[in-house]
Order: sequence, then C-alpha cells, then structure tokens
Amino acid sequence: MGVIQEIEKNYLRTDIPEFNPGDTLLVKVKIREGDKERLQPFEGTVIKKRGGGVGATFTLRKVSYGVGVERIFPLNSPAIESIKVLSKGIVRRAKLYYLKDLKGKAARIKTRR
Amino acid sequence: MIEGILGKKIGMTHIYSEAGEMVPVTVVSAAQCFVVQKKTKERDGYEAVQIGIGEKKEKRANKAMKGHFKKAATPCLYNLAEVKGEKLDELKAGQALNCSEVFKAGDFVDVEGKSKGKGFMGSMRRHHFSGGAESHGSMHNRAPGSIGSSSDPSRVYKGMRMAGHMGSRNVTVQNLKVVAIRPEDNVLLIGGAVPGAINGLVLVKKAMKK
Repeated sequence: MGVIQEIEKNYLRTDIPEFNPGDTLLVKVKIREGDKERLQPFEGTVIKKRGGGVGATFTLRKVSYGVGVERIFPLNSPAIESIKVLSKGIVRRAKLYYLKDLKGKAARIKTRR
Repeated sequence: MIEGILGKKIGMTHIYSEAGEMVPVTVVSAAQCFVVQKKTKERDGYEAVQIGIGEKKEKRANKAMKGHFKKAATPCLYNLAEVKGEKLDELKAGQALNCSEVFKAGDFVDVEGKSKGKGFMGSMRRHHFSGGAESHGSMHNRAPGSIGSSSDPSRVYKGMRMAGHMGSRNVTVQNLKVVAIRPEDNVLLIGGAVPGAINGLVLVKKAMKK
C-alpha cells in the first residue's frame, strides 16, 4: 500500500461541498472552445453517487423542455469549477432510479427546511 | 540509455489531465531494478544490458547465480532480462535504475507481462465461439460444433480452435502512453491496462511501432 494512495492524493478535491442523493445542485463546468474557456451551468437532482476516492462520480437529472437529461460528473474532476447545493431533499433510497418513470408533480422530492 | 526497464505492476487508478479528462492508468514500480551485466561487442558479439529485479534471499540463489550477482555487486534477484540501447558506456554493472532516466512523460511503450491464468476454458470463452441456442429444446448450448469433415481427411486439422488452458502466457500490449512519471517513488503511470496480476513482473520497452 502507499504509492497509489500518494498518487490519488494529488487529485482529490477538498473544496467540494457534501451532498446526498435527492439534493438539488448547481454545477458549473469549465468548457474549452478553441482557446477560450467558459462556464456551463447544469442544475439537477442527484440521483446517484458511486465509487470512492479519486474515481467517484455522481449523476444529475433534470427535465429540460419535457425531455429527461442525465449527466454523470467525476466528483474530483478539475473541470468542475464549483458545486452549489440549492436544496436538501428527503429520500429513502440511495439510488433514485424511480424518478425516471415519474413526471410532473409526481417527480417532485420533498425538501428539508 | 537503455530502451526498457523491468517493473512490478502495483495496480490501477485514475488521474486527471489538464483538460479535466479522467485518464485510467496502471502504476508500474521500477524500484530495485539493477544493471546486472553489460554485454559487449568484443566479448559477446553485441551490445546490450542485462537488468534484474525482485530481491531474494541469498540462500535461494544457486552457486552460479550467486557468483553472477556478486560480480555485479547487486542483491540476488529473481528476474533477469536483456535490453538494448544507445550510449551504454554511462551505465555500470550494479547501478540501480530509475524509470525517469529511461522514459519521460509522453513516450510510447510496449508492455510485456504474463497474463492472469484462467484455467481450462471452453471454446466460447477461449475463442469467442458463439455457441448454440439457449432455449426451445436446444441441447447445443456451449458446445463448439463441428470440428471438421468425415472420412476425408479422417483427422482433425492441426491448430483447430478448441477448449483448453487459457491465460498464463506472455502477452505484449503495444503503444501505451507513459502519462506521468514519479521519480521519487520510481514509478511509471502508464495509460490503460497492462497484462498480468497485481505484483506481477512486467517488461516496459520503447514502443516498436512508434
């Protein structure tokens, strides 16, 4: 043990806030177009978190103009500029795949205040 | 410098490129890799360097090998290999090698190792045969099917792909990229997977086709 953990330590991010499945996040992703860089926001519900260490990812789902969109982000990616937790949800599952079958009012998640 | 180095596969992980892409890498350690012998044109008819890795107790080496390692002033080693190179004069027998002297980040390498043993495997797993139907009374599920004709030629051709032992043989993966090097730990980070199990021996060579 040792060398791999040493290598991974350089790529782990400590500035990521804590969040759980059911929370709504606003993620700003750096996008490079030619030599220009811009930030692309993506707002959605966390439906899954997987993995640990440097390879951990999370999936955000949103409904955009009636079409469900899911996007997987590597948690430790340097392309993520910032993550903001917009609301905390109350859910009873770790993986919220059931949201894919629901739409409209049924797909809402109770929020914690 | 020489064109290859012996190493030990430590395991796999991910790192991120500057563009933010996740890159899967295999960590290969070249710690305790020594120059054991130099082959010279006058004595051996060709120029090369014998390198070794994997320290073992002295009592595990036989008398001939003990003398060989004593001459080089290295510990007794499990594995030896020969590599070619240029400007070999700067190397001395007994010298410990660092992978940063041999490769630099961005180089392409071929990695040779002994693949994981799979045991006795059927033709579907070993040769990717398609097998038969799984339902509706089919009794031809994972069988290979016909292996040849009848009375002419009255034998099975040599090299017919059949079930048998799979894995545990030397495999070379070509054109892998050295993503990064950590000289302080003496490890190479090679993009992608390399043959063999964790703690297995690998020979990392300069890419033949690049």
